[in-house]
Amino acid sequence: MNIDLRVIGEAFHQFLINIGLTSGQASLIDWIFGALILLVIFIVLAILLIWFERKLAGRVQDRLGPNRVGPFGLIQPIADTLKLFTKEDITPAGADRITFNLAPTLAVFSIVMAFAVIPFADKVIGTDINVGVVYLMAFASVSSMSLLMAGWASNNKYALLGGFRVVAQLMSYEIPMAFAMLLPVLLAGTMRMNGLVEAQGQFFGLGWNIWIMPAAFIIYLTTALAEGERAPFDLLEAESEIVAGYNIEYSGLKFAWFYLAFFMNTWVLSAVATTLFLGGWQGPFVSQVPALGVVYFLGKTIIMFVIFAWIRATFPRLRIDQMMSFCWKVLVPMVLVLFLLTAIILKLGLPTIAVWLLILLSNVAVFVIALWLLGKGLEKSKWASKRLFTPEIPRL
Amino acid sequence: MALQILFLIVAILTLGSAIGTVIARNLFHAALFLIGTFAGVAFFYVLLQAEFLAVSQVVVYIGAIATLIIFAIMLTRSVMGREAGALNQWAGIVAVASALIIAALIWLFTIVKFDVNPQPVPDDAIAQIGKGFVSTYVIPFEVVSILLLVALIGAIMLARERHQ
Amino acid sequence: MLDQYGLIGVLAIIAFLFPFVGVGIAWMLRPKRPDPIKKSTYECGIETIGDAWVQFRAQYYLIALIFVIFDIEVIFLFPFAVAFEQVGLFAVFEAILFVVILAGGLIYAWKKNALEWQ
Repeated sequence: MNIDLRVIGEAFHQFLINIGLTSGQASLIDWIFGALILLVIFIVLAILLIWFERKLAGRVQDRLGPNRVGPFGLIQPIADTLKLFTKEDITPAGADRITFNLAPTLAVFSIVMAFAVIPFADKVIGTDINVGVVYLMAFASVSSMSLLMAGWASNNKYALLGGFRVVAQLMSYEIPMAFAMLLPVLLAGTMRMNGLVEAQGQFFGLGWNIWIMPAAFIIYLTTALAEGERAPFDLLEAESEIVAGYNIEYSGLKFAWFYLAFFMNTWVLSAVATTLFLGGWQGPFVSQVPALGVVYFLGKTIIMFVIFAWIRATFPRLRIDQMMSFCWKVLVPMVLVLFLLTAIILKLGLPTIAVWLLILLSNVAVFVIALWLLGKGLEKSKWASKRLFTPEIPRL
Repeated sequence: MALQILFLIVAILTLGSAIGTVIARNLFHAALFLIGTFAGVAFFYVLLQAEFLAVSQVVVYIGAIATLIIFAIMLTRSVMGREAGALNQWAGIVAVASALIIAALIWLFTIVKFDVNPQPVPDDAIAQIGKGFVSTYVIPFEVVSILLLVALIGAIMLARERHQ
Repeated sequence: MLDQYGLIGVLAIIAFLFPFVGVGIAWMLRPKRPDPIKKSTYECGIETIGDAWVQFRAQYYLIALIFVIFDIEVIFLFPFAVAFEQVGLFAVFEAILFVVILAGGLIYAWKKNALEWQ
């Protein structure tokens, strides 16, 4: 069973040349097929994951979740999609029509584009460009721009507030996220997504970055919650303050596009976490049976996804000032110190194991010190002291 | 051949977007057109096989600078969402100045012989950029950080003045 | 290298068309019965007062500017990280200087309360 999934693509390319196409035409057809396959993966994953998260959130909240349409409610997302297609679509009177309609399109576009660099298995990747990690950051910026457009075009104060708030949040958390993504790049010496996974293949799973730099992983996880607009960082849809934020005026399929983008964003963030920190498609026997990589990759990604869904179902949301302070005063200094320490340790010229142990040690130290300082800071700051209740003890 | 056609299409779109930036009556629309122009420039970088520049262009210009511009527009209520004339009293002078600059550029392009000698892009182009930062171009690299620091301090001073 | 971007280009076209096609199909299926109440701005049933395009606080601008600065910093550090194995110890100190100067900016912003969300 030594099937390299890449072989199928090459065979297809050869077949196209054999039936009389030029190499350029064959490549074009390859790309079209590749892009369509990525789109199909996107749609299938969206349908399955929406069902999965609703089921999971239901279980967490002691409900059944969707269970009527199809076995275990599996057909529910398809039924919802059909319903959304037939919903009336309202464009509010004062809205800026073109921007209003372009925004949901751009939101979906930016997430689909991210699929091009996700390594599903060894070399099974849309395209393994040299700048994979920064490419992901680039399309994250396009996505935040679409939210800004939606907020502005709706001609609604809540939408505008929500749009601007979410962009301020996404911007702030992009800095620690980019630094957390920089650390695996520093270790692997490449920005190719497949290269980053290959670099984690040493010592039977001990080479995964999560064991080497757990603090970076936790910072990535935290910022991914904020970038994915998920609880406890889902201020943009604070119903009690700004009634769902930037998508308040959207209805029908355009609302669904925003929901889809939000949802698949979480999946992409899980996939990137898997690629950068959990060893991607690495796993037992993957060198003998490359196709197993898909199973490992999807399994790890779903574990990450469950963690995101679990946190979303459990935690209440933060206040905006707490959220911004946490980013700039805790996460950014943490990643800056981590970057400096990792760079110095890597240049000491020690054997691999010693380097890893030192990085692990520095990660743990930075994490513990940051938590300790955070606790100290919270004791002093005014909004924590308000909550401390000191009962008056009557003196005898 | 296909690449030339692609280049022409995107060049026209980029220039159209740039014109839109100038003549849009609504400042937010002007900002959106500007984003379109940035995206077009990123595409040209891809065509020039400068992939790192292309993604940096999107991250820095679309993700950061454009957002900054939109936030700056939002600070000034009087222009936001209101239709403003595209021309003001400077229009004539600016038109003459731009025409002169374009004429000068065209003249330059006709007299300068560009040494077009396309070398294959090395596989480790990004690593070479990184090495360049800390060897050949180390002074500009450090000056950039000082420049950014000055920009940060200036912005904080300005915002504090506004606040008080 | 360019052939790696062929797929991205084709995917960009498909990814851009996909939501449009969806909206197009929905446009054929859905009812179209707009009325002034439906099209009014949603503000929990209360009459909208004034322009929606309100003035924003300088805080947003400040956060955006701090973001621009750190975004550029991290973009500069990515190629450095890729080249890391090939550069000497001295180069690492140059990069550390680069980071430390900007960390100084962060400390300045912190001390001036620019990071407080008021």
